[in-house]
Amino acid sequence: MDFTIDFTKEQIESIEDVLQQELIDLGVQSVILMDLAGNVIVNLDNGHANHDVFSLAALAAGNYGAVSAMANIIGEQEFSLLFHKGEKESIHFSKVVEDLLLLTIFNRDVSLGFLRLKVAEAIKRIQTLI
Amino acid sequence: MALINPKKREVQVKIVYYGPGRGGKTTNLEYINRKFKKRILNEMVTVKTYGDRTLFFDFLPFDIGEIKGHSIKIQLYTVPGQVKYNATRRLVLRGVDGIVFVADSMDLRREMNIRSLQNLKENLEAFSKNIFNIPLVMQYNKRDLADEGIPILSEETLQKDLNSRLNAPYFPASAIRGDNVAATMKKIIALTVSSLRKKLQ
Repeated sequence: MDFTIDFTKEQIESIEDVLQQELIDLGVQSVILMDLAGNVIVNLDNGHANHDVFSLAALAAGNYGAVSAMANIIGEQEFSLLFHKGEKESIHFSKVVEDLLLLTIFNRDVSLGFLRLKVAEAIKRIQTLI
Repeated sequence: MALINPKKREVQVKIVYYGPGRGGKTTNLEYINRKFKKRILNEMVTVKTYGDRTLFFDFLPFDIGEIKGHSIKIQLYTVPGQVKYNATRRLVLRGVDGIVFVADSMDLRREMNIRSLQNLKENLEAFSKNIFNIPLVMQYNKRDLADEGIPILSEETLQKDLNSRLNAPYFPASAIRGDNVAATMKKIIALTVSSLRKKLQ
């Protein structure tokens, strides 16, 4: 069995701090850092979210893969950012590094523009930790 | 790749049920979902097309307890079996730790089994994995059809066609009745998890 991404306890704690400060404190419902195999690496929420994160990660990995295949068809390497808008809740996907995705679930209290800015900042900080 | 979370002391292991279309992969997971309901905290996720065929995958998370102080989360997936869905099959194989190959015992499906196994080998190679090195269990499904007078392949024929070089553990099974479904799953979990033990301190 191969283990291509290994995180130490300290790395996970540092990533959690970043996600808490940049996103949860901003008002997002929950964040999931996951790999493209569908594994959940870090999951934080605001205490009110009750999502099935493992199923969400499995579907998100599939979704991201499918959209990347669509990107290839039109001559793009990938679409590094995806956004699904719901009536109350929305999901934002962003690539962190090769093989890692950050999923953010947020409601109408958070503006998409501000969220994108904060996600970009969080990703920049996470990249220095891994 | 199995993912170890040292903070939560949790390991996530990905097991994929592979095989030709309409071979019984989803039926395996549905049986497991019913039989082991108490251990399964979340609903089984399934992405189907019109006509009840698996479009993307089925997904069933499953807790098997602890090894060396780490809780082990098994994640069972199926792939869509139809030939045209190869791109999605390949996506599901990303990061796979163990595979159950569900072969269809029906006489008519002999060629389909062989093609699907070849397809598995090629798709694993796309992720630089070798079918000979990955934990693998063979399941010869639909043995119950013999009782209805439908011609089925003998175990010897299936072994010769599919498993003569791989030499993987194999089970004759009936997913619809539940025969050897749990045994197949336990075997692949045992094979996959045994390599974890060394890694966990």
